[in-house]
Amino acid sequence: MRSEHFLENQKQTASRRKAIDLWFGRLGFVLMLGTLGVLAVLLLNLAVNGLSRIDWHFLTSFPSRKAAEAGVLSAWVGTTLLMLVTASLAIPLGVAAGVYLEEYAPKNRWTDFIEINIANLAGVPSILYGLMALGLFVYKFKFGQSILAGGMALGCLVLPIVIVATRESLRTIPSSIREAAFALGATRWQAVWHHLLRYSTGGIATGVILAMSRAIGESSPLITIGALTFIAFLPPAPLIAQPPFVSFEWLFSPFTALPIQMFNWVSRPGEEFQANAAAAGLILMVITLGMNGVAILLRRHVQRNIKW
Amino acid sequence: MNNNPLLLIGAILGLFASIPGHLRAEQVVKIDGSSTVYPITEAVVEEFQKATGTKVTVGISGTGGGFKKFSRGEIDVQNASRPIMEEEVKAAKEGGVEYLELPIAYDALTVVVNSKNDWLDTIKVSDLKKIWQPEAQGKITKWNQVRPDWPDKEIKLYGAGSDSGTFDYFTEAINGKSKASRGDYTASEDDNVLVQGVEGDRYAIGYMGYSYYSAHQKRLKALGIEWDAKGKPAVKPSEETVLAGTYNPLARPLFIYVNLKSLQKPEVKKFIEFYLKNVDRLAKEVKYIPLPADAYGKVNTRFEKLEKGTAFLHQSDLAVPIDEILSRTPVP
Repeated sequence: MRSEHFLENQKQTASRRKAIDLWFGRLGFVLMLGTLGVLAVLLLNLAVNGLSRIDWHFLTSFPSRKAAEAGVLSAWVGTTLLMLVTASLAIPLGVAAGVYLEEYAPKNRWTDFIEINIANLAGVPSILYGLMALGLFVYKFKFGQSILAGGMALGCLVLPIVIVATRESLRTIPSSIREAAFALGATRWQAVWHHLLRYSTGGIATGVILAMSRAIGESSPLITIGALTFIAFLPPAPLIAQPPFVSFEWLFSPFTALPIQMFNWVSRPGEEFQANAAAAGLILMVITLGMNGVAILLRRHVQRNIKW
Repeated sequence: MNNNPLLLIGAILGLFASIPGHLRAEQVVKIDGSSTVYPITEAVVEEFQKATGTKVTVGISGTGGGFKKFSRGEIDVQNASRPIMEEEVKAAKEGGVEYLELPIAYDALTVVVNSKNDWLDTIKVSDLKKIWQPEAQGKITKWNQVRPDWPDKEIKLYGAGSDSGTFDYFTEAINGKSKASRGDYTASEDDNVLVQGVEGDRYAIGYMGYSYYSAHQKRLKALGIEWDAKGKPAVKPSEETVLAGTYNPLARPLFIYVNLKSLQKPEVKKFIEFYLKNVDRLAKEVKYIPLPADAYGKVNTRFEKLEKGTAFLHQSDLAVPIDEILSRTPVP
């Protein structure tokens, strides 16, 4: 009798818990739909307003006072080159710092302090990076209001994201892998280079892409260091006919970027330029989604090659 | 697997080390400053670049932000939607920058209300002052506090952000002192925000450049301005009233300031010549009001004779006809 009562009780508890589980699942599903819905509305709105403006002419023309003739050539080239500088600064530095902190650094107060500060840096408003870049890169190092200064500002901005992502993905590798490598006589560096980095590439790539996606949409640090609004010429080409065949003059060229071009068009009088702004926004979204796509492919490819 | 990472890192560092340490002296005309003047300058630059192929860049830092760069000698030409101020004259002197002051077009600061507003067609400058002066902050919150026969409804204010020349000029013309304004209003450097705000609220009032009003004429109502202190009747903003010199005190000249040192560079000199030759037509095209034809002649003379300095120092200059401004001798 008593045990029957107990069993009944247990059953009730179980079904209540199952109900909660079910409802939480449903709630999560609805919330996810809501989030995706917002994104879809945003994309749709941009597409409706801007899609008709996107054509070859739009991609290969400079800005103009006439909305129908204006294009985003200088803006997308500027954004691409900025991302190049940002990536070549943030990825090596960020990954190296992450590896050091996770694999090499002793755990003591000093590294705790660094760790906390990196977490804090990730939350600093981007305009502060702009101000730092203005004082340090533009004036002190005399880079001028150039692609180099802009890319470095964005690089510093996203560095903490790369560091944190690197550490997180190194942490997911079982310590048995490290121990096995050491047992076979590998140095720490050999363990890192031959095993840990290869296994964590997927996670690191995800972090890098997140970082790049953040950087590509930033406008306030660029405006702070003096990115331009109207620029109807391209930076010097990186490849030249004479030896040494590569030129870095483009690094010192003035520039504009897609978010800035967009902002300028949005604030124009009249309706015609609003379509241009939407079209530029759409291109920015496509670039971001494209980068995300590449990251996913990369991660799949890497994961397939891991044999633990 | 066997490639040495240190080699790779070394190669990257080597590439960076081969970067020239200084920017090659490139022929670029650098322009920055007011967002109000930007559309005119952009139109001129577009045509100039097509005609000559010279590289020109234009930024938007606001009139105040632009003057900071101008007085450090970082830019060749400064777009300004108001005359240079005393502190800026001082800063330019400290930076060793001498300049030409060239009026290039007109703008009419336009006071707009919602198109459903049926109690206002014109407004007195003194009433505008009651609404916008610093003392009104937190006190004048309803229309009937300005005039008892206006509605007992909350007044919604939209105006220019404090970094813009539009803000400086409006506050000087209405409140009597540049930058003296109440702070509890919706401020935006982006005039489309102001257009949308006033359009969406029957009890709103705001001010903006004429080109923004004229691009949205169907959605907004522009008020006639009655300069009661001078006993002038109410005048609506339009190209005719501005040119006739009757839309006061809110008609304002727009300027470019040219660094004299930059003018020694042939590309800058060519650009300014091109600017003065074509601004008449292009300003009209981007919905601004050009100066009277003979005024451009005088501007040209000032440019050719390199009469440096400003004609605006220590003078109260509201509603001074452009002819008179141009006949003054600028003081460095």
